[in-house]
Amino acid sequence: MAAEPLNEPLNEPLIELRDVNKHYGKLHVLKDVNLTVGRGEVVVVIGPSGSGKSTLCRTINRLEPVESGTITLDGQPLPEEGRDLARLRAEVGMVFQSFNLFAHRTVLANVSLAQVKVRKRGKEEADRRSRELLERVGLLAHAEKYPAQLSGGQQQRVAIARALAMDPKALLFDEPTSALDPEMINEVLEVMRQLAREGRTMVVVTHEMGFARYAANRVVFMADGRIVEDRTPEEFFTAPESERAKDFLSKILKH
Amino acid sequence: MNVLTDNFALYGKGFLGTVELTVYASLLALVLGFLMASFRVAPVGSLRVFGTVWVTVLRNTPLTLLFFAVLLGLPRFGIVLPFQLFAVLALGCYTSAFICEALRSGINTVPTGQGEAARSLGMTFGQTLGAVVLPQAFRSVIPPVGSTLIALAKNSAIAGSFSVTELLGTYKTLNELGYSIVWSFIWIAVGYLIITLSISALFNVLEKRWGVAR
Repeated sequence: MAAEPLNEPLNEPLIELRDVNKHYGKLHVLKDVNLTVGRGEVVVVIGPSGSGKSTLCRTINRLEPVESGTITLDGQPLPEEGRDLARLRAEVGMVFQSFNLFAHRTVLANVSLAQVKVRKRGKEEADRRSRELLERVGLLAHAEKYPAQLSGGQQQRVAIARALAMDPKALLFDEPTSALDPEMINEVLEVMRQLAREGRTMVVVTHEMGFARYAANRVVFMADGRIVEDRTPEEFFTAPESERAKDFLSKILKH
Repeated sequence: MNVLTDNFALYGKGFLGTVELTVYASLLALVLGFLMASFRVAPVGSLRVFGTVWVTVLRNTPLTLLFFAVLLGLPRFGIVLPFQLFAVLALGCYTSAFICEALRSGINTVPTGQGEAARSLGMTFGQTLGAVVLPQAFRSVIPPVGSTLIALAKNSAIAGSFSVTELLGTYKTLNELGYSIVWSFIWIAVGYLIITLSISALFNVLEKRWGVAR
């Protein structure tokens, strides 16, 4: 895989986490996490299972509330549950491991629903925008199908189109390719690489080291609820500093 | 045998009374049950508590006791309504607790990811519930809601003891007129069957109609 040209991110923070802590019962899943994601930056979060990387991703739009610390989006602190939170969530697109397309709606309706309900676009305008986005991810021909009639890779591309339809400031990807058959992973990664090249702000939790290495501006390595390393992909993959990262990389890169 | 033909008007009045009670109480139960189910899954703690208390109290009170409470209790607070309306209130509130729980079990069959996806798109709690979760929960709750409404139709017989005109109550008059108690009850049973089988049929149609797109 050839190195891809990256847009130089601006040095302006869009997502900021300060001293974030979270427990599941007795389990301390996020320990004093600090992370800044600049506008236009692609940050890939990697780490072993149970290291808290998915939880970290889900705290950014408060699908997981945190116990202490602050999270700000574009300078605004995340509000408590309610309409203000909903408004802020619309600015952050999210793509899930299990796609989570609305099972009772067609592909087109999946992409249009929140545009109508949240962005208050007219139905025709929303459908027009949806068709543009479906065309972009190569699925316009499937617009009238139901999610269950599509393959995993196709469903995930629809989910990306659905997130883009809100014109979000940032996109969160929570292990977007982990539930996919191997031959479908690349079609999803290709869409994500395009988005990265466009200069979108992205936080990507993934096990795809190729994507981390060639599409990310920064790699964040997590273990046991802490951010252990936060560096450029080049530095991280060629000269990891911590033992934990060396160990992790030796296990996944040697085969 | 001629008990039906001789007393068609009486049976008809009783039958209509039961139908009215069933329809009005069902509507009230569905609306309240829907509201309480929304409360019980709401992100606001006080609403969840209210829904839980509502269900616990009404589901665990004998219906006859509830009738006494409504018919004798409410007038003490200056609320005087026709007995039929009191009966609708008692039946509707009682049944709403069961409808609420049927709806909630349906909501629980919808994968959490569906709601998360809706919320992540900026949809409010109401929009998430209304446009994403309930339409998918709806199909799986059709059979239990049907059963609950059939139970309501039969429970409406209790209203007869509180001088509300309904089907079962007709036996008293018929008995006084000296008709065979067996045949009186057989025709009453047929009347209930017409109502309950109609509810069954309606819910079978609903189940067929909405059993698509999954």
